[in-house]
Amino acid sequence: MVPLSYYLVLSAILFACGVAGFLVKRNIITIFLSIELMLNGVNLTFVAFAAQLNKLEGHIFVFFVMVVAAAEAAVGLAIIIAVFRTRETLNVDRVNLLKL
Amino acid sequence: MLALILFFIFAALCVGGAINLLVQKHPINSALSLIVVMGSLALIYLLLGAEFVAAVQVIVYAGAVMVLFVFVIMLLNAGEEERLPHGSRVATMLGVPALIIGLGIAAAVVSHLTGLDRIAIGGPTVMNGADVFGNPQAIGRLLFRDYLLPFEVTSILILVAIMGAVVLARREED
Repeated sequence: MVPLSYYLVLSAILFACGVAGFLVKRNIITIFLSIELMLNGVNLTFVAFAAQLNKLEGHIFVFFVMVVAAAEAAVGLAIIIAVFRTRETLNVDRVNLLKL
Repeated sequence: MLALILFFIFAALCVGGAINLLVQKHPINSALSLIVVMGSLALIYLLLGAEFVAAVQVIVYAGAVMVLFVFVIMLLNAGEEERLPHGSRVATMLGVPALIIGLGIAAAVVSHLTGLDRIAIGGPTVMNGADVFGNPQAIGRLLFRDYLLPFEVTSILILVAIMGAVVLARREED
């Protein structure tokens, strides 16, 4: 038997890795991958609490999170392609047209 | 006991993959380590008795979404990450591990204070005993009865996302 807190600590670590990647990385695709990592950390919390409370609703929410993540990945990657066409770069420091 | 050992193996794989995602310079290496994280997360879901979620994790996440990412990385021929000369390297080297360890300790302390660490889940009872929990039949019954409207709304969301992706990625004709 695994204590519930182990699952929560693991998902917190995954989420923190995602936040760190989002803040530190400069490649727009890697930033996107970090967002997916954060979503996965949250999903683990949902499934762990679903198993603990013996309620299936947690699994349904994970399903919806996955749908939204898939839609977000499709639109986001299209935006990345559009940005790359116009700016010829994937570095977010070079995409600074709106910067003061 | 077996569940605990399996959990530690897959949790170590997860954390290793997540840290490798941060360390690697090339986006394709980051994407491949994210696939490792997702695969081991699917096995942890199986430990929790979530068969359907584990299958969907492998098919949708590790399959479809990551294929899309790898495709775009190769399409754009993304190279090594270049760094503009600003920001402190020391802050990155010390700050990122400190953030990760700090959040892990915070989660452990909070779950200890609220008494969550005395609750144990998973293990043989979930793996064999609960015969209906988490299998596709139970999920389907819940999804198509109680959550039918949200399910239909997600189909509209997917449709809008497809159209948005097509419009955004289209080449401007002159």
